[in-house]
Amino acid sequence: MMATLAPTVRRPAGRPARRPARSRGAANRARGNPGVWFVALVVIALMLGPVIYIIIGGFRTNSEITVDPAGFPVVWHIDNYLDVLTGGVFWRQVLNSTIVAVATSVGAVTLGLMASYVLARYTFRGRGVLYALFAAGLMFPLTVAITPLYIMVRNLGLMNSLGGIILPQIAFALPVTIIILVPFLKAIPDEIQEAAFIDGCSRLGFFWRMVVRLSMPGVITTGILAFIGSWNAYLLPLFILNNDAMFTLPLGVQSFSSQYSVDTAKVMAFTALSMLPALLFFSIFERRIVGGLTGAVKG
Amino acid sequence: MPHRENTLEAESTTADLANGDGGGHTPPPSPARRRRSRGLGWAGRLEVLILVGPAMVVFLAFVIFPVLMAAYYGFFSWGGYGPATEFIGIRNYVNILTDPAFIEALGHNGFIVIFSLVLQGPVAILLALLLNRRMRGQSLIRVLIFVPYVIAEVVVGTGWSLLLQTNGAVNGLLDKLGLEALKQDWLSNPDIAIWTLMVIITWKYVGFAVILFLAGLQGIPEELYEAAAIDGASYWQMQRQITLPLLAPTLRIWAFLSIIGALQLFDLVYIIWGQYVAATAGTSTMATYMVATGRNAGNFGYGNAVAVVLFVISLIVALIYQRFVLRRDTAGALTEGKR
Repeated sequence: MMATLAPTVRRPAGRPARRPARSRGAANRARGNPGVWFVALVVIALMLGPVIYIIIGGFRTNSEITVDPAGFPVVWHIDNYLDVLTGGVFWRQVLNSTIVAVATSVGAVTLGLMASYVLARYTFRGRGVLYALFAAGLMFPLTVAITPLYIMVRNLGLMNSLGGIILPQIAFALPVTIIILVPFLKAIPDEIQEAAFIDGCSRLGFFWRMVVRLSMPGVITTGILAFIGSWNAYLLPLFILNNDAMFTLPLGVQSFSSQYSVDTAKVMAFTALSMLPALLFFSIFERRIVGGLTGAVKG
Repeated sequence: MPHRENTLEAESTTADLANGDGGGHTPPPSPARRRRSRGLGWAGRLEVLILVGPAMVVFLAFVIFPVLMAAYYGFFSWGGYGPATEFIGIRNYVNILTDPAFIEALGHNGFIVIFSLVLQGPVAILLALLLNRRMRGQSLIRVLIFVPYVIAEVVVGTGWSLLLQTNGAVNGLLDKLGLEALKQDWLSNPDIAIWTLMVIITWKYVGFAVILFLAGLQGIPEELYEAAAIDGASYWQMQRQITLPLLAPTLRIWAFLSIIGALQLFDLVYIIWGQYVAATAGTSTMATYMVATGRNAGNFGYGNAVAVVLFVISLIVALIYQRFVLRRDTAGALTEGKR
């Protein structure tokens, strides 16, 4: 197997390490083309329209919405938002979602990075099988395993606890994490590793001192993907959490919208507020996500 | 050279998705330069164990084991409590495959697979090309286009239900524009509901395709465009002759993810249509069928059998796709040959 030869092979002299071109591809002369701008604006309007409608709907009253579902508020009421924000239910769900999402992403990235390091830079019999096993995890959606998973969580005594969501979510986030991180770790030049070994650094030492830092872009990307996935997760919490004190935001939105189904404006306010954290988080890290996927897609 | 192993590995793995490397980055090594490495000593094996162990335990316990249990329970008539004792062989499977409701759901999944590709693909390519240009406010526009992708399915479902209900905003807007004739029961009319679903799916997931394509576009060397411009190629000629071929590996990976996602679609349908309405409105999917006939009907054995069928169908599709489409990437024909 060719793979067994890899780590000690030296890069042939005279061939520079090829870096992915960071060029903007087709970025070219057409800077301020009005046609381009027009298309961009239409697209943005289509993408944001529903979101903005929900946000604005939260500022209206129910009678306004009934009479004229597609209108603007006559007077901007903030009562709906204030009700939700001062209610306690919302904040408890934000807290639950945050705990679950942070624990999931930290867990998935930590375990995933350790495993990826082995898969990328150790050579041993069965490595291909190991990688294939993790990669095959992509084929197992949570949906397929949900019933046995539910029974297992119940047997572990984790029903209605956030841990009962965090552990399975870490497990299901691992395949994506590993598949994105392995190319990142493989791309670390052998010279660095060799230099570290010559200086007496062990492989584990190299992992802690170099790999963790060098793979930071990939780590952040996978962490964000795990975070967003967890923040939006619905099916698993639906099965595991029955007690509304433990509800995460998606369950909260659903139960709120059925509980207050007549109070459309308030549902809109609640829905709008529940979108905000993920949106903020994403807009801060957007560059990282695109950058990380570049690494993953182009190896 | 770690890069290079991808070529070999990719052929041996079943789901080697993100590895679009395709051996395109580096020319093949001269075998003479390879040095033979010794295997790992016991210390190395211990390191491997320490590093892979925790991930492996969690992965086996919470992914592989439950999936295997699902396969096991599929052979039982079982209510979800106590050990499964009533072994009924393949009766669950026979019932599933002969149930018109399941066949219908399968048809819907097929429809969603095809139209996800047809609708999202071209739109996402055009958007990625658009966003790849240098223009003012570019990064803001990128963030805004990805907004629907980041919002939870539950929120999207709740929001669109409000928008599309009979006296909702969409019909209200049509009223205002004087287009009363176009007003519809977007969600409950079985002729329209699945198209409504396609619009929502496109709206929600096109951002993901755009992210992937943008990532792919950034890997295309600028020199190619410069050379083409010198040769007098027009913008669209360049996209046709340079961008599309070089973006093909990314496109194929996206299509793969999209197909698998469409086969396993659950959240959006379940939230917008609920389990019963989904069947009558013609939007049921295999996954909603699974939850409706399994967990919600208290027949966990049957639900698990549906899960297995769903999985096997996804797996077959994935293997066929890997065999006939993604193989071209691992052969490295695209990027290597044309440079």
